[in-house]
Amino acid sequence: MRYSAPTTVDEALATLTAEPNARVFAGATDLIPQLRSGRPEPALIVDLKRIDRLRGVTLTDATWTIGAATPTSHLTRNAGFAADFPGLTEAAGLIGSDQIQNRSSLGGNLCNASPAADSVPALIANDARVVVASASGERVVRVDGITIGPGATSLAPGEFIIEFQLDRPAASTSDAYLRMIPRTEMDIAVVGAAARITTDGGLCTGATIVLGAVAPIATRVNDAETALVGSTFTDDALAAVAAAASAACDPIDDKRGTIAYRRQVAGVLARRAVALARMRSTASSNESSQT
Amino acid sequence: MTATDQTATKQTATEQTTTEQTAAAAYKWVGTRPVRPDGVDKVTGKAQFGADRVLPGMLEGVVARSPHAHARIVSIDTTAAAAMPGVHAVITGADFPDLSDSGASADDVSRSRNVMARDKVLYVGHVVAAVAAQTRRQARAAADAIVVEYDVLDHVLTLDQATADGAPLLHPEMVARGIDPEDARPNTASRVAHERGDLDVGFANADVIIERSFTTQAVHQGYIEPHAAVADVTRDGRAELWCSSQGHFAIRSMSTTVLGWELSDVKVTPAEIGGGFGGKTTIYLEPLSLLLSQRSGRPVRMVMDRNEVFTASGPTSGSNIRVKLGATAAGALTAADIMLEYEAGAFPGSPVGAAAMTAIACYDVPNFSVVGFDVVLNRPKTAAYRAPGAPAAAFAVESVLDEVARELSIDPIDLRLMNAAVEGTQASYGPTFPRIGFVETLEAIRHCDHYQSPLGPNQGRGIGCGFWFNVGGNSTATVNVHEDGRLTVMTGSPDIGGSRSSMALFAAEELGIDVNTIQSIIGDTDTIGFADVTGGSRVTLSTGAAVIEACREMREDLCRRAALMWDVDRDLVEWVDGRAQHVDRTETPLSLADVAAKAGRTGGPISVTAAMNMRGAGAGFSTQVVDVEIDPETGQTSVVRFTTAQDAGTAIHPSYVEGQMQGGVVQGIGWALNETYTYREDGSLDNDSFLDYRVPVASDLPMIDTIIVEVPNPAHPYGVRGVGEVGIVPTMGAVANAIHDAIGHRLCDLPMSPMRILDAINQGNG
Repeated sequence: MRYSAPTTVDEALATLTAEPNARVFAGATDLIPQLRSGRPEPALIVDLKRIDRLRGVTLTDATWTIGAATPTSHLTRNAGFAADFPGLTEAAGLIGSDQIQNRSSLGGNLCNASPAADSVPALIANDARVVVASASGERVVRVDGITIGPGATSLAPGEFIIEFQLDRPAASTSDAYLRMIPRTEMDIAVVGAAARITTDGGLCTGATIVLGAVAPIATRVNDAETALVGSTFTDDALAAVAAAASAACDPIDDKRGTIAYRRQVAGVLARRAVALARMRSTASSNESSQT
Repeated sequence: MTATDQTATKQTATEQTTTEQTAAAAYKWVGTRPVRPDGVDKVTGKAQFGADRVLPGMLEGVVARSPHAHARIVSIDTTAAAAMPGVHAVITGADFPDLSDSGASADDVSRSRNVMARDKVLYVGHVVAAVAAQTRRQARAAADAIVVEYDVLDHVLTLDQATADGAPLLHPEMVARGIDPEDARPNTASRVAHERGDLDVGFANADVIIERSFTTQAVHQGYIEPHAAVADVTRDGRAELWCSSQGHFAIRSMSTTVLGWELSDVKVTPAEIGGGFGGKTTIYLEPLSLLLSQRSGRPVRMVMDRNEVFTASGPTSGSNIRVKLGATAAGALTAADIMLEYEAGAFPGSPVGAAAMTAIACYDVPNFSVVGFDVVLNRPKTAAYRAPGAPAAAFAVESVLDEVARELSIDPIDLRLMNAAVEGTQASYGPTFPRIGFVETLEAIRHCDHYQSPLGPNQGRGIGCGFWFNVGGNSTATVNVHEDGRLTVMTGSPDIGGSRSSMALFAAEELGIDVNTIQSIIGDTDTIGFADVTGGSRVTLSTGAAVIEACREMREDLCRRAALMWDVDRDLVEWVDGRAQHVDRTETPLSLADVAAKAGRTGGPISVTAAMNMRGAGAGFSTQVVDVEIDPETGQTSVVRFTTAQDAGTAIHPSYVEGQMQGGVVQGIGWALNETYTYREDGSLDNDSFLDYRVPVASDLPMIDTIIVEVPNPAHPYGVRGVGEVGIVPTMGAVANAIHDAIGHRLCDLPMSPMRILDAINQGNG
């Protein structure tokens, strides 16, 4: 197994074209455990984190750009980003341990394509896009178009993600992400639930609800969104959110959770994520009105 | 007098986490908290653990393991592997002596077949061969190239499967002990029983009778340092072995037995140990590395991966337990009927015997029957784990006691006080208790702030108690005075809980010198006399007693030498505050350095060795209270407050005592809430990493508050009782009782995971 560390996107693309049996990585926090557990070694591993465009968190006009290999600790320490996307920030901060946080990245979390990836539901809830590098040129893809199954992405061989783009949230809009694990950290989500909520006074005017770890890929719960928009977050509306989330689950039984448990708790967490995002959206509208 | 009436007199810790009452007021050094001598090296990475030894020309060894849970080995072909690049040696079962016809003990035969399979493999991960090569990659590739032909057999993974009629037999030749042939059950190696009084009479006298069945799961000791060994066999047949273990003398005897080598031809040097908890009292890689080194003529290092640690090194037993208790309306226990079935793993030897002895040892019950079964099944051979056998039995008994208390509307501590074993009680396992401190631990919890505090919403509180024998045994200590008058204390007991510090404290106290000037070390098997393993909470008691005896003899020797130097009668010299002093103060006192400087003229080097087999281990008791908070919608348990009280006899180094108490509780919380082995149907382990084998992480835990109770052990010069083990015994029962208090449902199956708790809540709601 050889190692390569290109410093430009073009160099990386050329390297990948020359060696089809290659794997790209950023922090390698998934790659190394996979290799240690006996997965076949590729001929070449390509370290992307020395490419400038793949590192950094910047705000230009109304859009945040996050390099795909940026350590998640850089993201969670960015106060401006955390204020705009408290839920996504929490989700990114849940990946691994403090040490892992200095290596793990949104790009890696997305492309590892685990059904339980913590940042993915929150990225989807916030309509995040990625810029994909390809030998045929760059293209922009919505995050929900990347993962197509456990361990599988829509990226062609030789392609990789350069950066994430997120538009700043509209007024009175905020997000939340909650996950269930049997302990308090260092674990894989049994259920994850992200919500982005827009409010107008007590009224819900926008809702995006996405579940993780309960289906082969992150799952948007349209029925829950429909039940919520136009409501005033009544108990009935929240109960409908929970029921819709449970119904949207297509989980597996495994060592981390049973189907019945995942279904039931997905409803609970979806409802709680909505309530938390709503509270934050109200707070953000208060701040706006003060300024 | 309650424990809290005794006042703290000595307190040097900066973090005050404990309500301390120490009986050590009479001491200058014993009961203080000097900085651990091994601490700086450990936090700077300088400490040498098992895998850190590097020798010139060293090869790396790896193991080939069975992919089958139960199979006959038809053939092993190592030809291709031996010819691969970098390979220097390949060994299989054929390279080891067959101990089965050698007169070796059944345990030795089992151990020999566990470290290297012969004829049959009995669990996924069972060793079938080992390879030494220049690099680990080369060794791994060669191990993968070994061709083993298996005749796969049906396997059994649970107690119920193993003992079912017609179950496949792991050891068809096994003769069950303690079982009449007509009562024989498949895969059952032995039956133990402790009985007293008349059960029928006992239950007839009961106003309330409660019976419950419990299951507990196999759990791993979870030490952070994987097993590792470095062996170097020289041309003259002598061998050296470096490894971390809980007893290098035991490693030497077990390794040479399975190899058929002369015991004294091997020198074992103890490395620093990164956790053992009982699991490092046996051998895995040690004999393999020795044989690979002999065959290759090169030093060989072997280190387990984490998945090998989980797959093939000793967990402790899972169990099926049934407990039936009877009590009068006033709360007096009248009868206990207990059945224990423990998983031994692939070879006989679960701790069910100790489980049966400890199950109701906290209580004075007039009529009881405790029966235990040792059952083999296609999982790794179990190994000792902190108070082996006791925690699962206590979980069941303490759970049913809690139900009795609820049924009778008696405070759970009052119920236990009414039935508590005290001095003079005949223990359920036979002997009569001398002075013990069980009642004092109950009183300490009853009076602590925690037990008096109110609970919040969704919270519940539970009490649990536990007993552990503690043991004595063989120890050696050598005390040397250097030319400058400073001291080295050497023992043969590996330090897994701070014993180096405790040994230095005893020496400081006995000789009246500053503890910080004393070197406390552990000798190898050629350097120091024999010691039993560091286990059974024995080292502070037994090895400490050897140190104390050596120091007392040295004090006498120092007085004799001072008398010679002054040319006075020995009787006119006394040893006070680290100096020889004339009783009439007519001479200038002599320090250790003064005496050492003239040692050549007073009889030569100053060195004393004491070796003994210590008797009179004082029994240990612990009482714990825990508050949990349950998320009623997810079943998630948060342990919000925990207080543990334990009788330490005398706390020699209170920080280490607290550390042992807290460590036991943390492991018990893991066992209670999340830890379990998850097997696939084919018998392979599905959670062989710390990701899915969930030991508690720091953020899962509150501060574990400690109350050291000191009821001195009358058999020890300083009143020491072992403290390492009993702290884990009450925890699972206490947590189960707290969960019951919070949600109104009794969970009888471990682990009490969020899924199990939500199921219980759902059933209650439905």
